[in-house]
Amino acid sequence: MSKAAEIDIVSVSKIYGSTTAVHSISLKIPSGSYCCFLGPSGCGKTSTLRMIAGHESISSGDIRLGNIVVTDFPPAKRGTAMMFQSYALFPHLDLIDNVAFSLKMKGVEKEQRRAKALDMLKLMQMEPYANRRPAQLSGGQQQRVALARALITDPEALLLDEPLSALDPFLKIRMRAELKKLQKSLGITFVHVTHSQEEAMALADIIVIMNDGRIEQAAHPREVFERPATAFVARFMGDHNVLTGRVVASGDGKVTLEVPEGQTFTVAGPAQEPGAPIDIGVRTDRVRLATPAEKTLGFHGVVSNVEYRGASVKITVIGAGSDDFTVIATDADYFEKPVAVGDAVPLCWGLEDAVLLGRIAA
Amino acid sequence: MTAAFTEDETQIEAAGKPGLTTRIGRTAAHLASYLQAVPLALILGFFFLLPILMIAVVSFWDYDFAGLYPDFLTMNYTDTLGSWVTWKTYLNTLKYTAMVWGLTLLIGFWVAYFLAFHIRTTTMQMVLFLVCTVPFLTSNIIRMISWIPVLGRNGLVNTTLIEMGIIPQPIEWLLYSDFAVVLAMVHLNTLFMVTPIFNTLMRIDRSLIEAARDAGANGWQILWNVIIPLAKPGIAIGSIFVVTLVMADFSTVQVMSGGQSASVALMMKNQMSLLQYPAAAANAVVLLIVVLLMVAAILRVVDIRKEL
Repeated sequence: MSKAAEIDIVSVSKIYGSTTAVHSISLKIPSGSYCCFLGPSGCGKTSTLRMIAGHESISSGDIRLGNIVVTDFPPAKRGTAMMFQSYALFPHLDLIDNVAFSLKMKGVEKEQRRAKALDMLKLMQMEPYANRRPAQLSGGQQQRVALARALITDPEALLLDEPLSALDPFLKIRMRAELKKLQKSLGITFVHVTHSQEEAMALADIIVIMNDGRIEQAAHPREVFERPATAFVARFMGDHNVLTGRVVASGDGKVTLEVPEGQTFTVAGPAQEPGAPIDIGVRTDRVRLATPAEKTLGFHGVVSNVEYRGASVKITVIGAGSDDFTVIATDADYFEKPVAVGDAVPLCWGLEDAVLLGRIAA
Repeated sequence: MTAAFTEDETQIEAAGKPGLTTRIGRTAAHLASYLQAVPLALILGFFFLLPILMIAVVSFWDYDFAGLYPDFLTMNYTDTLGSWVTWKTYLNTLKYTAMVWGLTLLIGFWVAYFLAFHIRTTTMQMVLFLVCTVPFLTSNIIRMISWIPVLGRNGLVNTTLIEMGIIPQPIEWLLYSDFAVVLAMVHLNTLFMVTPIFNTLMRIDRSLIEAARDAGANGWQILWNVIIPLAKPGIAIGSIFVVTLVMADFSTVQVMSGGQSASVALMMKNQMSLLQYPAAAANAVVLLIVVLLMVAAILRVVDIRKEL
């Protein structure tokens, strides 16, 4: 099968007129890994993908694929293939001609290219529809054809621009599994842009979280989940509550901070200068509705909303400078001691459930 | 319409009296939709169908220098189709049509392509598109006649070329020639090609072009394999406009050829000025059939339903 390529992005920037879409980012995507670019719209993730693909010029910096610097190469010479958000299948061609398009451009004989396209469609289980036009297919089928078209060039890396966003929720989950399986069996590098945390967590070997043209964190999903690097990552992934304050004391591997409302909290971490601004993240699923054993590992707040989710209950609390401090309680725990909106409740957590969040230099 | 009367139906059935009232409701709904179609049907009937029917009927009548005599003769047709002049004139008209079609398609496609793909902002696209329509603020005849001082024996082109010493004496074929006829026709009709093609080009999803580039297509390959196939409906609509307009033209041919060339419509005009209305009518019916066949052929090649 085809070889996978490591993608090396070296201080790449994208500047449109006076706005900077991507601020000098650097990143190494190991060969054969599934990498997800995650972030809100306008964060620069799609620009980055398009720069890797060659559909966007690189304002400064370099991109290397394997051992070759591809910065100034046209898309087809890079060894990448791109799958577009709306699939961009040619409406005037049947599936075979769609898949065989790049071979036709290379001047491959008609019989030969059609045979190869048919093989590719077989791989995607789309062979029975070979003579149809894209408009006659469902979203999931169109995606398979788009994959077949992208893979027929034997790319070293497949670039996917929000591939699942056009599908309904059930199909999304099914096609997600197919993508992962395909990546495993082909062994090539996949770079996938998405705005769905769930999708990124489910698929990625490495998640790259971007905000405002910068990389906030690039790490394995478990690392992103357990130790979000910044307040943005913690908020965006949604599994941590973020508390913001200033350092009042530190030492002994612990840092104590004070939020503007006056409560103090302790978090494990290296010594910090007193008075420095600091963010901590507290795991939403580890917070319990109980009186804290230690004063700095909990606070008292007022319940502002309760959402029943089946296996868990989401309780939103106002307090400690946060108006959406979230507690995810198991349904058993919740119904043992239910709370209602407006109740004052004690909250507590363990020292290991809080993480110190960094700040990236602007 | 259907939604409205199913609603009626459920209301009536809920009231417990289906049968008769439902039927009345349904008839009323049908009547209403026919009533809505009446104004257009009347206008088309009086100003389109009736005249065509009259032409068809008159084409079978007899005539002499003094009047028309209702009859059923095929003489007008046999005279028309049996004359070598008719065939020559048709050939000449078809020649103009083919040349004008080819040139307007070539120019129109590139203008539309430039507007759609090379002008970045929509505002600028609209401004330039409106600039294309500016000549239409003056009448066809005036735009045609204004070529005469340009192309004439002592016109702008000839005097300039002579003064620059490029030619010793005026070029004769600039005006009152096939060249002049085709030039004026292209000038008059190119916009009818630009508009529908521009419209289809604007609807092409730009990601298709990126996808083609991703697959290794160069500029010409993208044009040939993606853009032109997707522009076919616009090309077909523009072709219908140009073909029908040129096939029916008489004023351009008369003015620009200086009366040295003929077209089918010009032949009809001459017959009418000699009061040979039935002969002109027969000619018109033949021309109508020929043009309809040409349009049918275009529609056979390209499916334009997507555009309508």
